[in-house]
Formats: sequence, C-alpha cells, structure tokens
Amino acid sequence: MKRHLISAADLTRDDAILILDTAEELAHIAERPIKKLPTLRGRTVVNLFFEDSTRTRISFEAAAKRLSADVINFSAKGSSVSKGESLKDTALTLQAMGADAVVIRHHASGAPHRLAGSGWLRGSVVNAGDGTHEHPTQALLDAFTMRRRLAGGRGDLEGRRITLVGDVLHSRVARSNVLLLATLGAEVTLVAPPTLLPIGVETWPCTVSYDLDAPLPKSDAVMMLRVQRERMNAAFFPTEREYSRRYGLDLRRMAMLPEHAIVMHPGPMNRGMEIAAEVADSTRSTIVEQVTNGVSVRMAVLYLLLGGNEPALSAPSTTGTEEIAK
Amino acid sequence: MSTYLIKDAKVLGGDAQDVLIRDGLIAGIGAGLTAEDATVVDAAGQILLPGLVDLHTHLREPGREDAETVATGANAAALGGFTAVHAMANTDPVADTAGTVEQVWRLGQESGRCDVHPVGAVTVGLEGKRLAELGAMADSAARVRVFSDDGKCVDDAVIMRRALEYVKAFDGVVAQHAQEPRLTEGAQMNEGTVSGELGLRGWPAVAEESIIARDVLLTAHVGSRLHVCHVSTAGSVEILRWAKSKGWNVTAEVTPHHLLLTDELVRSYDPVYKVNPPLRTAADVTALREALADGTIDAVATDHAPHPSEDKDCEWAVAAMGMLGLETALSIVQETMVDTGLLDWAGVADRMSTRPADIGRLDGHGRPIAVGEPANLVLVDPGARRTVEPSELASRSRNTPYAGLVLPGRVVATFLRGEPTVIDGKLA
Ligand SMILES: [Zn+2]
Repeated sequence: MKRHLISAADLTRDDAILILDTAEELAHIAERPIKKLPTLRGRTVVNLFFEDSTRTRISFEAAAKRLSADVINFSAKGSSVSKGESLKDTALTLQAMGADAVVIRHHASGAPHRLAGSGWLRGSVVNAGDGTHEHPTQALLDAFTMRRRLAGGRGDLEGRRITLVGDVLHSRVARSNVLLLATLGAEVTLVAPPTLLPIGVETWPCTVSYDLDAPLPKSDAVMMLRVQRERMNAAFFPTEREYSRRYGLDLRRMAMLPEHAIVMHPGPMNRGMEIAAEVADSTRSTIVEQVTNGVSVRMAVLYLLLGGNEPALSAPSTTGTEEIAK
Repeated sequence: MSTYLIKDAKVLGGDAQDVLIRDGLIAGIGAGLTAEDATVVDAAGQILLPGLVDLHTHLREPGREDAETVATGANAAALGGFTAVHAMANTDPVADTAGTVEQVWRLGQESGRCDVHPVGAVTVGLEGKRLAELGAMADSAARVRVFSDDGKCVDDAVIMRRALEYVKAFDGVVAQHAQEPRLTEGAQMNEGTVSGELGLRGWPAVAEESIIARDVLLTAHVGSRLHVCHVSTAGSVEILRWAKSKGWNVTAEVTPHHLLLTDELVRSYDPVYKVNPPLRTAADVTALREALADGTIDAVATDHAPHPSEDKDCEWAVAAMGMLGLETALSIVQETMVDTGLLDWAGVADRMSTRPADIGRLDGHGRPIAVGEPANLVLVDPGARRTVEPSELASRSRNTPYAGLVLPGRVVATFLRGEPTVIDGKLA
C-alpha cells in the first residue's frame, strides 16, 4: 500500500482486499467487552476537520482509540483558521507535534492531495472527504457492507451489480465508490438526472442511466445518495416533488429489486426525498450497519498505514492479541 | 548616446548581417560594417528580432507591490526580450482614471528597462456598470489606447456596446476577458473529464465562446475594434476565423502557457497550474497553435500574473489564479511554434512584436529592422538550453509552471532605443 490514502484509485485490488480482510478481523474487537487493542500505542493520529462532520470524525476517533493511538481532534472550522494559508501552517504545526497520521476533512477538493504531496508533513494522510472529490474510507465501508451481505464476507465483488442513485455531480461518495467497486469487479450503474452527472462520466468505469426503474430488477445493491436541498436554487431539477418521483426509492421501486438485494445510504438521509421512510427502516436497509462497519474499516486503514504489513491480530504475543484471534 | 555594432546576427532568422546602432536608431545594416566608436557585440548564430511587445502584463503596482512592481516587472520584461508591455488595469486602485494610468506610465519611464503602456479600465472599478473616463485616459500622458476590465468580463451587452462605440473617437480598442459569469460561477478548472474526476467545478469552453460570439457581432454592428484576450479553446478559434472572414476588425491573443500546457496537469492539484482562463485539453492546444500559425490568432501575450507564495502555496480552491510569463514566453513560443515548424522567426517577430504593437497603436515598437528605425531589438540564441530556476527570475514572484523544465532559447541582449537593457543574458 501507498503511504497515504487520498483516492480510491490509490488502491489495487489486493490492497482493497487486504483492508477488507483486516477490517473483518478487527470487527470482532467491537464484540468484546473491552474494545481495545494495543497495536498503535504511542502513535498520534490527528483528526483535522476543516468542515463539520461529527459522524465521520467520531468514526475515525473510535477507530484510532480502539487501536490505542493518541487522538487529537483539531477542528479548524470557525477558528481563526479560515484563510488559504491555514492548511500549510496547520500542517507545519502538526509536523512539529509529530503526528503519525492526519485524517483530513476539507471543503476543498484536492486539499488532502496537497497535504500529502507538498512536503509539509511526514506522516500518513487519510482523506476523510474532500470537497466534491472523494471519500475513500466511505467507499471501503460500503464495499465491506456489500461483501458481507452479498459475498459471505470474503474475496471481491466480481459480477455484483450495484446501482448508485442521485446527485453524482457533487458526491465524493459516488466518485470513490465507482473507482473502488470497479477495482473489486462489480458492475456499477449510475442513475441521475443529466444535470447531476459530471462531464466526462462516460469515461468512468461504470454505465449511466437517466431512468431508475430499468436497472432495479438486476441490482444486488442500491445506494441512494443524499440530495442537497440547497441545490434547488441552482436549477439542477425543477422541484423536489419531481425529483422524488423520478429518482426517489419508494416501496414500489424497492419491490422491483431481487429478493437478496440491499438498500444503502451513506447518510444523512432526506427521508421522503431520495428515500421513503419505510424503505430506510426496512430490513433491507443497511444504513445502521454501514456506520458500525465504518469503524472497523477505518481501524484497518489506520493499522495498515501506520502499523506495517503483518496481519493485525497475529502479531507477537506481546501485543496480547492472540486471545481474540480466530 | 551609445553606439553598438552587432556582428553576424541572423536578422529575423535570415542571413547573417551586421547591424549598427547609433543615437537610438538603426544606422546601418549590411555585411562587414565597421564603426570605430562602437561597442562590438558578437552575435554569430544568434537571431535578431524587433523588441517584443506584450499586450497583456499584470504589474500589480499600485496595490500589490509584494507580488510585483512596475520596476521588477520591467526587469522581467527586459530579460524576456520585451521592449514594451501593456500593464493591465486590475490594480488597487484600479487604473480607471487619468491619474492612475499616468502614475504607472511614469514608473515605467523611471525604470528605464521597458516602455510600460497602461491599459485603462473599461468600467469604473472593473464593476461593469459605468464607463470609466476612457477619453481622459486616452488624452493623458500615458496615451492609453487599450481598454480592458481584464480579470472580469464586461458581460453587460449594453455596456460592451457603448465601450466599443466610444473608443472609436480616439482609435482605441476594447480588450475583452471573455468569461460568461453565470456559466463559470465557482469555476476552478477546465470543464471536462479531468474536472469530473477531480471534483473541481468546471469552466466550460462555451462560457468563453458565447461571449466572443456576442462581442464579434457587437463589434461588427457598431464598426469598432475588438481584441480578445487569452483565447483558450478550439471553439473560440472557429468563431474568430468566421469573424475575420467577414472582414470585421477583430484581433486575438494567445498565451504561451495555453500553447503548451493542458488540464491534465491539474491532477497534481498544484495551484501553479491554476490560471484564468484555465488550461484546456490537448485538442485545444493543437487548435491554438494552428490558429497562431495561420494568423487567426494575431499575437502572443504573456498574461504575466505574479503572485506571492502565500497566495499559491495552499489548497487549490483558495489559490490565486495566474502564472508568470515574461521571462519564459519566447522560449515557450520557440518550443511550441518554431521547433515544431509551425512558425519561422519572422513569424515570431510578427506575432510577438509587430502585431501587438499595431493592436496597441504603439509608434516606436514593432517596427521593421531597417535603417532609420528605432533600435528596439532583441538578440536570441536559439541553440541555448536552460533549466528554469524560479529563484533566478527577476520577477518579485515565483509562480512559474516551468520550474525545473529545460527550455530552448535564451535572450542574450535587449536594446531599448539603442541602449542595452539586457546584455549577456543579464540586466545591463
Ligand atoms: Zn484575463
């Protein structure tokens, strides 16, 4: 694996499967009364958040703490840090403090790339969502969830059909998912109104449809993307009602899915907009599970970037991990 | 005044000749010239061109002297082979009054390195609402002939029409920064497959092309002169070709960087590649080179845009747009146009001196290399290779996209009215 995780494209098939397998092992920690491993003791992980996202921050924090890393939460939003030079200055500060990994969330696409490539920082950089670019750990946790539900928690997703629906244009989740799922052998279909598809999407490793009904009967998983209501003003679609009718997942559409198919959403949801409340709460929905899996996947990522290449749980006995090994 | 005898220079890339410079003028051209009082410059293998003229330079003074001053910009210009530059109006305060343009013009005179011709703003404060006092700037000591809100598009069709009409009174030209504002809200880079992958808001080609299309029609309607700044797309080239075929008085420029660099470079998220208009695709680059070669695009203009490091050493989204250009322009043109066989050195002289001087209505620049003409000249060694080292640039800023690249050609000497501003590749 590379030193940083900036884009889902950084991951080869073997890298991705190693992360998912490691996450599968680490998931068992969550089932123990004491949810902690000494693996990253003495390491410092900084959560550097330039944009609010309590969910993602807590998930990374829990992951780092379960591996016994020291965690520093640095929320740059709302502080005096708001101008452009802040990223460099902040990086130099973190470097001086000896951060081993920086988990960065930023409203600007490319900010983690800049942090990793600029020489401002020696530690590993993990992209926790940048602008409308990528969110690779979200894609990993989605893939982890799909693999558990559709492939017995092993191997890749060869031949699985995944449909992503909604605001692809502004979705970092969609970008990362398309790249990772293609790497894992899945067949991805993007569904959106033409105004919410990026220019050049035809070159992406997926197919594109403006019609949601067509791909549903063949889908193993449907992932609904959040529609940002503030985008209404920018005329991406005429009305919420029309959007909901054409691209929302309601009970009628859910009934078109095969028996085994799952419904996913990276959250937070607009119930009644892109997803009907009954669908979100149905047994097919993996929305809560995705949150749980997020911690395991982020543990795996931090472990593999910081801890080395040996399996997380079969380390020498001094780590005290053999008692929970399978 | 000094006397120089340039020996064995290939005039416009042609046969080697001697050129005698005396009292600021070209006093003789021929084989085996001698002059006892002259300083001899051995120019064997070097090419003699008229001093280059830039239609589009940002000198940042007044207001951002930490990025560039008229003096440092004039030094950079001289080292790049320029004897005249047009300084854009988007300073602070904006160059929208006779007083401000005279100040910039005088600072250029004082530098002694390069003639600095201020561009006047079209509208007050570049706000696109009310015409600035174009006539007062034209009548001032700076004799402004080029008017532009560069950095901002004059997007109101009525204001654009009025500006085009009004400047006819003093043979002015409106230089438009063609960028439809609504289509480029929040735009970060060229809209295309790369922007889609990078998640950066796109800047569609049509935002440039739609304004150029409108403006050439307005120009034809009122019978005026339009100059299109930094053309960047193949579609813009097609519109210009059509407008010229109609005989309309429309000219255009292209930057060196748009002749070489593409939006693929943005994958680095390195803000050194963030520029307005954005770097486009390889197909656009090809179309721009062809258009410059066939004359559809009249001139090369640098769009030299210095920025201090704190405005570039940051994340892409907040970085300033623009890159340096004066000291590398001729090398990039050699690489993209001469070494590719698209243009000979006489063509370079036309596109980098004669045409821009004519568009800007400059008297003493862009003249033929002939006896009696002002000795505004540049000597180029086309066989030299140099590695671009940002710390060695004369500009006060360092935002060059060519750092570490090996570029062909080197400006050996520049003469402004018979006096060297650069000699042996260094400021005289
Ligand atoms: Zn401009």
